[in-house]
Amino acid sequence: MAMKLSNRTNLILTIALVFFVWLLLFFAEGRMNTYMVRIVSLIGIYGIMAVSLTLINGITGIFSLGHSGFIALGAYTSALLTMSIHQKEITFILDKVAWPFNSVQLSFLPATIIGGIVAAVFSFLIGWPSLRLSGDYLAIATLGFSEIIRILALNLRSITNGALGLKGIPQYTNVWWSWSWLLITVIFIGSLVNSSFGRALKAIREDRVAAASMGINVFKHQLLGFVIGGFFAGISGSLYAHWLTTIDPRTTSIGVMLTFNVLIMIVIGGLGSISGAIIGAGLFAVLTEWLRFLEEPMKIFSFEFSGIAGLRMLVFSAIFVIVMIFWPRGIMGRKELTWNAIYSWFRRGKGESYE
Amino acid sequence: MNLYTFLQNLINGLSLGSLYALIAIGYTMVYGILRLINFAHGDVFMMAVYFAFFLVTLGKVPWLISFVIAILAAALLGFTIDRVAYKPIRNAPRISALITAIGVSFFLESFAVVVFSGIPRSFRNIYPKFLNNMLILGGHEEVKYGRNVIVGGLRIPIVSFVILAVTAIALVILWWIIYKTKIGMAMRAVSVDIPTTSLMGVNVDRVIGFTFALGSALAAIGGLLWATRYPQLWPYMGFMPGLKAFIAAVFGGIGSIQGAVVGGFLLGLTEIMLVGFFPKMAGYRDAFAFLILILILSIKPEGLLGKRSVVKV
Repeated sequence: MAMKLSNRTNLILTIALVFFVWLLLFFAEGRMNTYMVRIVSLIGIYGIMAVSLTLINGITGIFSLGHSGFIALGAYTSALLTMSIHQKEITFILDKVAWPFNSVQLSFLPATIIGGIVAAVFSFLIGWPSLRLSGDYLAIATLGFSEIIRILALNLRSITNGALGLKGIPQYTNVWWSWSWLLITVIFIGSLVNSSFGRALKAIREDRVAAASMGINVFKHQLLGFVIGGFFAGISGSLYAHWLTTIDPRTTSIGVMLTFNVLIMIVIGGLGSISGAIIGAGLFAVLTEWLRFLEEPMKIFSFEFSGIAGLRMLVFSAIFVIVMIFWPRGIMGRKELTWNAIYSWFRRGKGESYE
Repeated sequence: MNLYTFLQNLINGLSLGSLYALIAIGYTMVYGILRLINFAHGDVFMMAVYFAFFLVTLGKVPWLISFVIAILAAALLGFTIDRVAYKPIRNAPRISALITAIGVSFFLESFAVVVFSGIPRSFRNIYPKFLNNMLILGGHEEVKYGRNVIVGGLRIPIVSFVILAVTAIALVILWWIIYKTKIGMAMRAVSVDIPTTSLMGVNVDRVIGFTFALGSALAAIGGLLWATRYPQLWPYMGFMPGLKAFIAAVFGGIGSIQGAVVGGFLLGLTEIMLVGFFPKMAGYRDAFAFLILILILSIKPEGLLGKRSVVKV
């Protein structure tokens, strides 16, 4: 058995890591160009999306394909709240903006929290009927709900501006906002997973019938897990909207594609691991940016190739399928990157026996 | 709504419904055997339409021959997808299979964007023009814009008849394959119990591959008919019809062929009728289909004609 670190050492190391990351972010913001800084804050946003979906899909075992719906809810709600009244008048061409939004303007933090709450309320409303299902049916039902949300966004023109979407959303999201929210998400969901509630969730994931016979209220637990995941999806949606500065209800922006992207992150990271979700999100953000070179004109052996649009996503989906076939547990599997694991790994590296 | 518009909607609904039914049968066959939601079904449909399009425009192949080649190519594609992506994870948890199916769907869409470009193309000049002609029943002649036009009456595009006829023929052939041939018997056996069937000396992989090929061919037929009805092709064109077909399959009871047909027709009819009765709701058409799905799943998850499955503990 590997030697375990004490709780106190764990805590100190974690706090040290957070400080170290913050120091890195501080330098990143000072030294790197705007583009790189934007990617760093995108990693934070993707991290929140991935961790919240991990809570739902990987830990609670609800295979939900509706994440983009909650993200969209958070994005629209908070964007409508932070946009200035003047900006809303310019943006809404087809119909005038509806009542509560035509006279309010909030700052970023309350708007984000309200976005999260709206997403949580909707995930309760959606979870209530659909969590009675299981497996594939649940996946399709949640996908259906997120499509309904998208279709509502397309048609409720006085709230969402229809297909034109919202433009001129203030660009509030920066490294600090996104990484602070990521920290809050990880602390909250992480401690939830390690609580007795989290153990119950994992029990349900393994075998819901057995869990129920042990006296766990499966429906209640799953619903609460789903709502908490929805809340953080809404938060990430708010950050995403204020990162993008324009949102619209196309499938490829805040639609099923986004759900698939987040799914790619958590599958590559390892379905059921919070640290895996963050690793997956980071890899996804960095690789999608790095693979942009594929879409630029290039020269190979004096052959000129013009840029090919969409090649990035082709490479990504290929990686995704290959990972699923050959490495279905992803990078972390269900394991977490803990100090204990790192400690024992180092000891093994020295060739010492840790039996 | 007068009688004419009602009948007009009925006919439009039947023609849309038979398209859903065709695609839903392929979905339901694969689900019935593997318990796998083949997300890539709608994308096979899209690929088939692109095959036909390029055969006609670039290859200068006559349309009928290129349609047949496209259907065969789709069958081969379905078979290949099964061999490459689904076979290696046949014993993995079902969620892994679902995720892989999503990945394959995503892959085919991105592939189409890269190879065929994301710009929508018109399918209009691919098939003979007479399919777009209208059969006009009833109504009366009036002089409008300086020429004689028929006002009122039922307008039925010829293609709607073709769609109904092809669906009927495909169903008969499918029925014959499933109930009268050896491979059909094997398919029915595999859908009940895979390990036992393989113990009986049936090559299960071949049966599953055949099912995928057959289902994909049906998707391709549905896709080509779809493109003659709604003549625009683009890489994401299969997504909505694919989901709708899945909803139709669930509606009728997933795994049941008759159920898929009934579900397809019901879904097509209700969708068109909803828009016919409430024109203002037209934007919510797709949302309505999902609402049906969720209602069906929560009230009668086994569908209209499905069998209730018993979960063993």
